[in-house]
This record gives sequence, C-alpha cells and structure tokens, in this order.
Amino acid sequence: MIEIVLISTLNGVLYGMLLFLMASGLTIIFSMMGVLNFAHASFYMLGAFFGFEISRRIGFWPGLVLAPLLVGLIGVAVERYGLRRVHRHGHVAELLFTFGLTFVIQEAVEMVWGKLPVDYRVPPSLDFPAFTVFATNYPAFKLFELLTALAIFAALLVVVTRTRIGLVVQAALTHPAMVAMLGHNVDRIFMLVFGVGAALAAVAGVIAGPALVTQSNMAALLGPILFVVVVIGGLGSLPGAFFASLLIGLVQTFAVASNASLADLLGPLASGAGSSFLRDIWNVTVAQVAPIIPYLLLVLILIFRPRGLMGQRES
Amino acid sequence: MTPALEITDLRKSFGAMEIIRGVTLSIPAGERHAVIGPNGAGKSTLFHLISGHYRPSAGTIRLRGEAISGMAPHLINRRGLSRSFQITNIFPRLSVWENVRCATLWAMGYRYAFWRNIERLADARQRTEEILTEINLLDRWHVPAGVLSYAEQRALEIGLSIAGNAEVLLLDEPTAGMSRAETERVVALIRRVSEKRTLLMIEHDMGVVFDLADRISVLVYGEILASDTPERVKANPAVQQAYLGLEAS
Amino acid sequence: MSERTGAAPASAVPPLPTGRGAGFMATFGPWIAAAVVLAVLPQVLSSGLALSTLSLMGMMIIFALSYNMLLGQTGLLSFGHAVFFGLGGFLTVHAMNAFAADGPPLPLIALPLVGAAAGLFFGIVFGAVSTRRAGTTFAMITLGIGELVSSSALILRHFFGGEEGVSTDRTGLAPFLGLTFGSQLQVYYLIAAWCFVSVAAMYALTRTPFGRICNAVRDNPHRVAFIGYDPQRVRFLSFSLSGLFAGIAGALAAINFEIMNAGQLGATQSGTVILMAFIGGIGSFGGPIIGAILVTYLQVALSDITDAWQLYFGLLFIAMVMFAPDGIAGLLARQQPLLRGRQLHRVLPAYALALVPGLAAVAGLSLAVEMTNRLTVHAGDGPAMSFLHVPLRADAPVPWLVAVVLFAGGGWLFLRAGGVARQAYDEALAIVQGRGNAS
Repeated sequence: MIEIVLISTLNGVLYGMLLFLMASGLTIIFSMMGVLNFAHASFYMLGAFFGFEISRRIGFWPGLVLAPLLVGLIGVAVERYGLRRVHRHGHVAELLFTFGLTFVIQEAVEMVWGKLPVDYRVPPSLDFPAFTVFATNYPAFKLFELLTALAIFAALLVVVTRTRIGLVVQAALTHPAMVAMLGHNVDRIFMLVFGVGAALAAVAGVIAGPALVTQSNMAALLGPILFVVVVIGGLGSLPGAFFASLLIGLVQTFAVASNASLADLLGPLASGAGSSFLRDIWNVTVAQVAPIIPYLLLVLILIFRPRGLMGQRES
Repeated sequence: MTPALEITDLRKSFGAMEIIRGVTLSIPAGERHAVIGPNGAGKSTLFHLISGHYRPSAGTIRLRGEAISGMAPHLINRRGLSRSFQITNIFPRLSVWENVRCATLWAMGYRYAFWRNIERLADARQRTEEILTEINLLDRWHVPAGVLSYAEQRALEIGLSIAGNAEVLLLDEPTAGMSRAETERVVALIRRVSEKRTLLMIEHDMGVVFDLADRISVLVYGEILASDTPERVKANPAVQQAYLGLEAS
Repeated sequence: MSERTGAAPASAVPPLPTGRGAGFMATFGPWIAAAVVLAVLPQVLSSGLALSTLSLMGMMIIFALSYNMLLGQTGLLSFGHAVFFGLGGFLTVHAMNAFAADGPPLPLIALPLVGAAAGLFFGIVFGAVSTRRAGTTFAMITLGIGELVSSSALILRHFFGGEEGVSTDRTGLAPFLGLTFGSQLQVYYLIAAWCFVSVAAMYALTRTPFGRICNAVRDNPHRVAFIGYDPQRVRFLSFSLSGLFAGIAGALAAINFEIMNAGQLGATQSGTVILMAFIGGIGSFGGPIIGAILVTYLQVALSDITDAWQLYFGLLFIAMVMFAPDGIAGLLARQQPLLRGRQLHRVLPAYALALVPGLAAVAGLSLAVEMTNRLTVHAGDGPAMSFLHVPLRADAPVPWLVAVVLFAGGGWLFLRAGGVARQAYDEALAIVQGRGNAS
C-alpha cells in the first residue's frame, strides 16, 4: 500500500511538473497577449518528434537543445506572420487561428511520421535504475525528467523576477493594459515570449517523448488536459497553474493506480439491480474513469469557485 | 416622502486603497443632482457602486426605499435605475434602431420572448421612434452604431439609458469631449429627458452643472465635501479652497 | 424597373420600419423557392452518391446553423458542440430500437423530436455549468465538457456501444403514409423536410426579442446588464436552444447512417462544425449554410482524391481566419453594393488577376504536400506518381523546385494582386457612393 502511494506520488509529481512546463508557457502567453494558444500542445508534440528525429541521428543531448530551438523558431514565425496579422480581428479570430494550427500540425506530423508510435528511446546514458523503492526500480530517466522540470521552473522564476523582460512579463500578469502602453518594443517582446513558450513546450516534448508514447495523437490527448489545468488554476495565474498541474498530476496518477468501483463501495445494493446501463456505472473502476477526472474537477471548480484556484481576473 | 435615491455611509476599497470613504447622499424624486470633483475623487466609482457594477465594501444604497446594494446590474435596472457610461458603451454591430429597440424591450415586458416576431411589436417600434427623435438620430436609424461619429455615439449612449423609461437616471459625463454647440444640444436634451425623472450626473463642465443642477455634491478623495444648491456650493469656502486649490496645483 | 433619374443618394435615409409585412412574395418567396429546390434536387442529382451527399448536407446545415446560434449570434465560441449532435443521435438510435421492439407505433419521421428533446435536455444541463462564464473560459469549459462526454462514451459501453457503436434499423418502425424509409431517396426527403423546418425555425428565432438580445450580448455583454437583461441567462437560453437543433441534426444522422459511435460526439466532429460555420461566414444567417454545403462537398470529393484532405482543410481554415474572417458570405456581401451600383465590371478583372497567381500558389503547395505524402505515407509504392495528370518522381529535385517556385512566386504575386484588387474595390465603391452623394 505504502509502495503504491509512494510510487504514485513520485509519478504524479513528475506528470504534474510536465504539465506545468507547458502550462507556464501557456499562462505567460495568455497574460501578455490575451490569447489562449490552442496549439501549445502541438508545439509539445513537435518537440517530441523533432527530439526523436535528432536523437536517432546525432543523439539525445543535442536533441534536447536543438529541438526546442527549432520549435521556438517556428513559434516566432507563427506569431510574427500569423497571430500578429489576425490580432486586429479580435480574440475569437486569434483562438480560431491557433485552433486551425493544431489541425495543420497534427496532419503534417501524421504525414511525415505516420499514425503509429515512433521508437523514441531513453538515451543509453540514462537507461539504468537510479534507486529502488520497495521492489520497484526507479529509472534514472524519470529522475532526470524531474530534475529538468525543476531546473526549468527555477530558471523561469529567476528570469521572471530578475530580468527586464521578466519584469515586463510580470507586469503583464497583473496589469496587462499597462504593458500595452510600454511602447514600441512590445511587439518584439510578444514574439519572443511566444517563441520561448513554444520552446518550453518542446522541452517537455523532448523529455516526455521517451517516457510516454511519441505518437501523432499526443497533442490531442494532452491539449484538453492542459486547458483544464490553466482554467482550474485560474487563467493568467502562474502559481495557480503550478498547483493545478500538481493537483491534476497527482489525482490522475492515483486514480490510475486504484481499482475501486461503486460496486465495491455499495456492493450488495448494486448486485443484480438495475438495467445494463446502470451496471456499467456500478462496475466502472476508478482507474477506468481516470481520463475523465480532470474534466469532472473542471466542472466542480467552475460551480464552486468560478475564478479558478488563484485567478483574479474575471474573463 | 421617500427619496428616489438614498446612500448611507457607502464605502469601497480596492485592496488597501479606500476609494469611496463613507458617502452619504439623499436625492429626492424629481431633483437634478450633479456630482463634481477633481479627477480621481471617485465619481465614476460611486456610479459603478450605485448601478451594481461594483459591490460596495460597506454601507447601503436604497432606490425608492428598497435596498439595492450588492444587487446585479440587471436587477437594479429592472427596479427603475438606468445609467450611461463615460466611455461610450453601445452595441457596435447593431444598427442604431436595434440599439435603442433592445433597450426598450425589457421595460415593455417582452423579456426573453423567443416566440414573437420583433417587427410586429408596435409599442416597441413606437417607443424606439420617439427616442430616436428625442436624441436626434432618426435619420441615422439604419447605420451600424459602430460607425457613428463620436457626438452621435454619445447621443445614442443617452438614448440607451432613457429608452427603458427608468425613473432614476445616472449620466456619467454626458458632454465630455464635445464642442460648444454639441454641448448645448446635449444640455437641452438632458433638460427634456429629466423633466419627469430624477437625475444624477457627473460633469466636469461647470457651465453645464450650474445651468442644469438643482443641487450639487462635491466629492473629494472619496468623501462628500458639500452637498447644496449651486449658489451655496459656489459660496462655500471649504469647497473653494479644496476644489480651486486642487485645480490650481 | 426603370432607371431612376436623379436617383436618391445611396446615403439617403431608408424608410423607417413599419411593422407591416413586406408583402407575401418578399417574405415567403425565398422559402418557397428553397422548398422547390429541395423537392426537385433528387430528380436532377439522382445517383446514389449524390443522394447520400445531399442527405449529409441537409443534416450538416442544421448542425452548422445551430452552432452559429452560439458563435455568430451570441458571440459564444464552443469547442464541444458535437456533444449535442452525438447525444441526440444516440438517444434516437436507442428510441428507434425500443419502438421497433415493443414501443408505440411512432413513425420514423417523428423521431428527430427525440433528438431535439435530448439536445435540449443536455443543453440545459451543460449550459447551466458552462454559461456561467463567457469568452475564453467558456471556450475552455466547452472543450472540457466535450472531452468529458467523449471519454465517458468509452466507459459506458452499454449505452454508447464501445468502439463499434450502436446500430439500428430504420425500417423497423411503423410506416408513415405507406413510407418505410428503406430507400435513400425517402430518407433524403425526410431529412430535407426537417432541414427546411429547422432552418425556418432558427431564422424566425433571429427575429424575436430574444434573438436581438443575443446579438446585443455578442456585441457588448456588459452593457446588456444595464438595459435590464441578465447576460448569463441570455447565454444559457441560447446554449440550450442551440443544443435542441444540434440534437435534431444528430437524430437525422442516426436515421441516415443507422449507426452512432463515439466519434460522432468527439473533438473532430466539434472541429468540423466550427470549420463549416466559419468558412461559410458567421456574420450572416446564410453563411453557415454555404459552409456546410461546401465543406461537406469537399469532404466527399477531396477524400476521394487525396488522403491529405484534412491538411488542406486546416490550411483553408487558417487562410480564411487570416484573410477573410467574414467567411464566404462576408466576401459575397461586400460585392453587393457594387452589383447594385452596376460597378462589378470594374473589379472583376482585378479579381481574375489575383486568382491566377493564387491558384498557382495553391498548386505549388499541394504539389509539395502530395510529394511529401508519397515519400512518407506511401513510401512503399515508390516515388513515381502523377499530379494533375503530369507524371513525375517525388524524389527528383525538379518537381520540388517547381513546387517551391509556384508557391513562393504565386504567393508573392497573389499578395501584390490582392492589394490591386482591394484598391479597385475601394475605387468602385467610392464611385457607387460618390454618384449617390453627388445627386
């Protein structure tokens, strides 16, 4: 039991940090530009596939650097030649633009790499058990994932609190209108932030690719959960995104590890009673509903705390 | 007789900053009342509190005796209080006609009716025509409101706030940014539409204020410094010192 | 009609609305024409493929219009509209099976009412949660609800039938006036009838106090509260009614395909309806109808020619968002004053001038796409292929060079010609207006 709890906690934190790597970029872009970038998870997917392609040619470590750079450049181009143009048509058009982008990126990835998972492996240098918890070996790569996520989180904190651009970003988090007044180089900062956000998502992709499955549906799988995270955390709140990421990460990992069902809880009541539809509901295990738990959380949060955990702005 | 609008010890803070610091004000029915004061005194915040846009931190607001503090804006509006906005706040893609007609519908009792043909509502049509005549926009009725000139949009703004026939009318700087001639037209309009109503207005143009108002309240740093007839406000030394002193600096 | 001399200026004030009907033909003429077209179409396009495509278009028109009640009329961007389409369809399938087994003898033609009820019910349930917020948050909630329902569909296997879905037999129900709806032609007429009724109902809805207040909420939800309306209530009503019509569309899909599966309520279907509404144009009532017809046609036609058709859709959609956010209906509406002022001939050459490099750019792009497709997805078939009946090798440099030149050169010229076309348009418009003002 303790074993399950410990392993689940570790995995949950890991998954949560992965979510936060992406949610942070998404949150900063949203705060500065008022755009919820639908294609954020697509950049994550591109990161994974670029990482795969580079790592099988020149190795994992160059991939970890080059793939995010490439995706960052794509992000810059998307902002400069797409979003900026669409901006004058309003927020709905911006959201729809990034929505269309998810289609295009998904189709392009399917065309180049196919619909089946690619063989993106953990690099040999990290392919050993780091430590053993009870009887389970904990792979070094997972530890590396965790450390990378923490390092980027720390670096983000430093950049946001210590640098000029960081100050602009911070100002945008609380006073978006003021940042718009800053003058001529706001455009360039937008472009940069969008590129960095895309690159961050790509970093997540490069390190999540080998651990999870690198496949053309990975953006569609993760994207909605990412939006759940930022809405639950409160749109535009970085700490909110952090806690919501951890929350979703932990809840989902624990749910997957649980086999309980309503029938177990209410056993005698359910036996034989009801139609086949109801039996479905009785016999579903918590592990089976794990995929829908984030969305249930979203609905609950919206009923009881419409601003999200730490949101300040009503939108 | 119950005052049309009665505000008692109203307070509003944003974080540590208290913007409205205990405002008490009573406006009898039929009065034209102006709120003046330097920029940042909290005049617009006061309007936002009365109209339900902000929730008061403390204090009560009564509309014809009924407590409305903390109510949602649409509920306050249905109880007979309507307002205009300092920054023009209209429906840009709807025609001028639709703008005004939408503003008449609730008061006409049509609510959310989704089974009646709107073109067949003779009373709403007639009322819309009256309002458009009143605000002098009848020959622009078919134009999308977003392409009207600034002065026309300001007139429409007033039109929207009087269309529902509310008894208490709040106008937030109705003549801001207007030429002399335009201001005169708007003053005449306000005089007409406030004849059978209670009017509370924020205004910077002292000519307009002293021309229209029965009584004037001076709001400085979230507090009412004086609330009296124009002559006595003019003569009030505290007002002169605070207001003129601030203006001079 | 004779040419008016000293015509009233274009900026002259049109007569005020009188509230009297505009005359029988002006009011009902277009509807009678539409009914006649719907009735005659299968006589003209009578092949099996044409009939099933027309049936598909009919239900998609309802679906796209119901979506536009949200996006175009009320300003609500939903990413989960297929939920109502799918749930309406699933409940219809179950109702069909129940009625066929031992239910009351309800004719098939009445079954879309089941879909409508289901759509309305779930519209109320999900609307109560989602319409508490507007804007971006609303969009994210609908996305979450869409995922919630489509993930649940894979868990609740008895109701949703798991991967393969739930099937039914539409001929099992009581005949209606002797019709058993075994043939596609009869199903077409059933769909056409419901399409006509639904479109008319949704059009009527835009001309009610509620419809106008929806537009007001779209334009400025904040101000609506100060004219006595609760914007949240308006959003909720709009959302619920839109669910009702989406449910009808789903029911027609169930009747047409005789099977529903989880894909019908998933993200792809929700995405498709956004594409239809937006490409057609969300700014006018008819836009989504154009979009539904065009996108359905392209889906059927393109998926036959290339398997990268979804990529083309994505690119078309992005191009529309960037260059024509009013959609096709918006582009057409902008030509109307020119047509009326008889100045269309001034702009047509400029449009043609832009069309040529535009087509070249599209050809270059799709050549690159098809060659990539050949080298990756169809690598097993070898690099030899043909594009527009021209045989070529996908791994040779020349075709790639041609593709790049066509795309880059065509694109650059298109942007230039686009500027010329815009200028020509502005000048023609100025002539129309100027002539009006001068007299």
